[in-house]
Amino acid sequence: MFESLSLLALQQYWWIIVSLLASLLVFLFFVQGGQTMIYSLGKTDMEKKMIVNSLGRKWEFTFTTLVTFGGAFFASFPLFYSTSFGGAYWVWMLILFAFIIQAVAYEYRTKPNNFLGTKTYEVFLIINGAVGTILVGTAVGTFFSGSEFSVNKLNLTNIFGSGSTTISAWEGPAHGLEAALNIQNLSLGLAIFFLARILGILYLKSDIDNENIVARAKKHLLYNTVPFLVFFLTFVGILLTQDGFAVIPQAGVDPLLWKVEMEPYKYLHNFLAMPAVLILFLLGVVAVLWGIIGTLIGKCHKGIWMAGLGTVLTIFSVLLIAGFNNTAYYPSTFEINHSLTIMNSSSSKFTLTAMSYVSLMIPFVLAYIIYAWRAINNKKITSEEMDSETHTY
Amino acid sequence: MENFDMTLIDWSRGQFALTAMFHWIFVPLTLGLAFIIAIMESIYVKTGEEKWKKITKFWAKLFGINFAIGVATGIILEFEFGTNWSNYSWFVGDIFGAPLAIEGIMAFFLESTFIAIMFFGWNKVSKKAHLTSTWLVAIGANLSALWILVANAWMQDPVGMLFNPDTARNEMVDFWAILFSPTAINKFLHTIFSGYVLASIFVVGISSWFLLKKRDTLFAKKSLLVASVFGIVSSIFLIWTGDESARQIAKVQPMKFAAMEAMWDGKTNAPLVAIGFLEQPAPPHQDKGYKEKEFAFKIEIPNMLSYMAFLDANAFIPGIKDLVNGYTDQESGKVIPSYFDKIKLGREAITTLKNYKEAVNAGDETTAAIYRAKFEDKEWMANTFRYFGFGYYNNENFSGLIPSVPISFYSFHLMVALGGHFLALFIVMLIFSLKNKLHKMKWLLYVGIWTIPLVYIAQQSGWVLAELGRQPWVIQDLMPTLSAVSKIDATSVQITFWLFAATFTTLLIAEIKIMLTQIKKGISGGH
Repeated sequence: MFESLSLLALQQYWWIIVSLLASLLVFLFFVQGGQTMIYSLGKTDMEKKMIVNSLGRKWEFTFTTLVTFGGAFFASFPLFYSTSFGGAYWVWMLILFAFIIQAVAYEYRTKPNNFLGTKTYEVFLIINGAVGTILVGTAVGTFFSGSEFSVNKLNLTNIFGSGSTTISAWEGPAHGLEAALNIQNLSLGLAIFFLARILGILYLKSDIDNENIVARAKKHLLYNTVPFLVFFLTFVGILLTQDGFAVIPQAGVDPLLWKVEMEPYKYLHNFLAMPAVLILFLLGVVAVLWGIIGTLIGKCHKGIWMAGLGTVLTIFSVLLIAGFNNTAYYPSTFEINHSLTIMNSSSSKFTLTAMSYVSLMIPFVLAYIIYAWRAINNKKITSEEMDSETHTY
Repeated sequence: MENFDMTLIDWSRGQFALTAMFHWIFVPLTLGLAFIIAIMESIYVKTGEEKWKKITKFWAKLFGINFAIGVATGIILEFEFGTNWSNYSWFVGDIFGAPLAIEGIMAFFLESTFIAIMFFGWNKVSKKAHLTSTWLVAIGANLSALWILVANAWMQDPVGMLFNPDTARNEMVDFWAILFSPTAINKFLHTIFSGYVLASIFVVGISSWFLLKKRDTLFAKKSLLVASVFGIVSSIFLIWTGDESARQIAKVQPMKFAAMEAMWDGKTNAPLVAIGFLEQPAPPHQDKGYKEKEFAFKIEIPNMLSYMAFLDANAFIPGIKDLVNGYTDQESGKVIPSYFDKIKLGREAITTLKNYKEAVNAGDETTAAIYRAKFEDKEWMANTFRYFGFGYYNNENFSGLIPSVPISFYSFHLMVALGGHFLALFIVMLIFSLKNKLHKMKWLLYVGIWTIPLVYIAQQSGWVLAELGRQPWVIQDLMPTLSAVSKIDATSVQITFWLFAATFTTLLIAEIKIMLTQIKKGISGGH
């Protein structure tokens, strides 16, 4: 079935899968956003406990999605893996540290004799929530603003001279940290951060049966929506007006050798060239706002699902804009022709085909996740449950 | 060589070893304890006896504490292939990335989805749905082991791929050859059974402590019974798969095999060193740059090594010197080139790639076609290109091609000796358990407790043997650590090394303190 697809079709299919995983990841960042709200929404120990336990039953979905996103990106676009991870070393290391400390925080938070104390584990959750979301957003921002790297496969043969044998090299000294100095990257990072907080608030409101938390949730929803809109609109404004990295197809030439050039309004052109993606984007933005506004005016009790769906659609369409329509999704500002495209950075046709069969498992995975999610969430969290349940965080 | 930053390479290796070994403290227990818990819960569902539910929950609590830190230490490993070994990620990412992705899609989600039901679902789903979830957690954990070990085995025994000079990387051509390579199957089975043995020792040891303290004795006896039986069955499979693994190593990694027996000179009817101590190094071998170590003391089993490797007591086993200087395989009559010749062949392969790429870049199609033909010539690929990785070496850094003999030797023998001890302990424990005399055998219970640290040492030894014994190869004969590393400054890696060391040590202390507190609370100690 997948064998009959062309290499380009398989590359596009995998860009769609990777984009879908990334957009699901951002939706699941509601756990991270919620973690930064523990002290804002919870004032008593019981309230905090309810919040931590509500999020604690979902944190592994986010974590696993991140790991799977990494694996899928590696399998489908290995040159991105080697170039970005090996080059923007410090950004990825900081992101990973933020997730390492999260993984133990829930389980160890209230266990007796836990060495670091409850407060420390709560701080771990807050660091994860803030650093994780902002840096992931910032890193994704470089898909549009570019990074200073070079790729030269001939380096592998450097056995006689003094040059490095490493193919991908970061040409700036900050190893990825410089991305945080770019207004576009930072806007996206902060937009993701505030979006995660909004999603966190909406999720907690839907999952916890406690009047105080619900009342505070509404207030904080408004407080977070304002900065979210400011940063999101800044990012979109820059995106639609900036020059973009366009791949120039050459008939009869191996796509590995195609050139990349700057094109004015490239990402706006991409939206216009792919109206379906534009519609997804607009639907996504409307759904996020609907989820927020509906909750604020009290008409919507499950705003998390509307805003969550909107998040997935928005992020998904933005990533399609980055990689489709002959666009370099990981541009190099050091040497524009070293930019990564879905054509020059992907796995072989054989591997993409084999992996495509594996991707048929995704609907089954989604089905059992929905089953488990419903089984756990069929009743809202109450203080009585927290007192009687034998396994709590 | 000036183009290799050895400080960077050493710290990158150190960081990977540090993070992998920390992760490996927790994974084996997850692999085995998940099944032990599933068996216990199955007994609960079948008998309906509440005490089995309590027993299940007690061990599940310890499982959860261990699982969290296993997850924390695991995430970094996946990404380190990119952050620290970026050339590796490109050179073989076409093959290596796939099992990592499949691991996420097929195994991690299964594990992490149903673990939520396992912990929070006692009052939310039916008994049977809960039991199914517990089994799915165990299956998910072991499936993830399958895929990561398939990936690891492929690095040691690269099969099912072809080099593509246009992309300058190896590409997958046979998925099933990779999944079902004998190295992969043996590595997977040997590793998961080692996890089952570790988990069984963990349960036996903790149950022994309760029996010594005369607390929760009924619970302890039942747990100990389940664990000893599980431990005996697992140990038998462990020994069997270990034996198969040794045969596989002799075939595909003869240098590792020679190093783990500290065998410098090859011989027919080669004996197996049962116990041995290496003396201080002799002076460096003049022109070869390596240091030969002889035995100060050893007890040997005649013919055993030849039999172990080739199921033939007369078989010739090449020693380290044979592998370095070249030899003629007695059975096939094939001449195995010396390392010096392999270096020359490797350099030829690398130079051919360079010439091809330069011709393509210059648009010189005629020259490019000449070089391209070599990559399509099966004989050239099988006799020259296969030594690609040797080309990064020369007479100066030559000794880097030989793994540390003492580390390989001691880690192998320690692992094997401890494996024997575990099987003996399970059998003795089971016998006295069935006779209901265990609580009177204080010495045995103490042995049970003190075997817990030993089983962790055995686990780490196995890992050290597998990973240090294959040095310098990231991919056997094709890519050494030298050319696999990312281009970053050594200082950055030093900083992250110490950050990991400090973070993981802190978390390990927290984990042990929490675990001990929960154990002391006992089965009836509440939450």
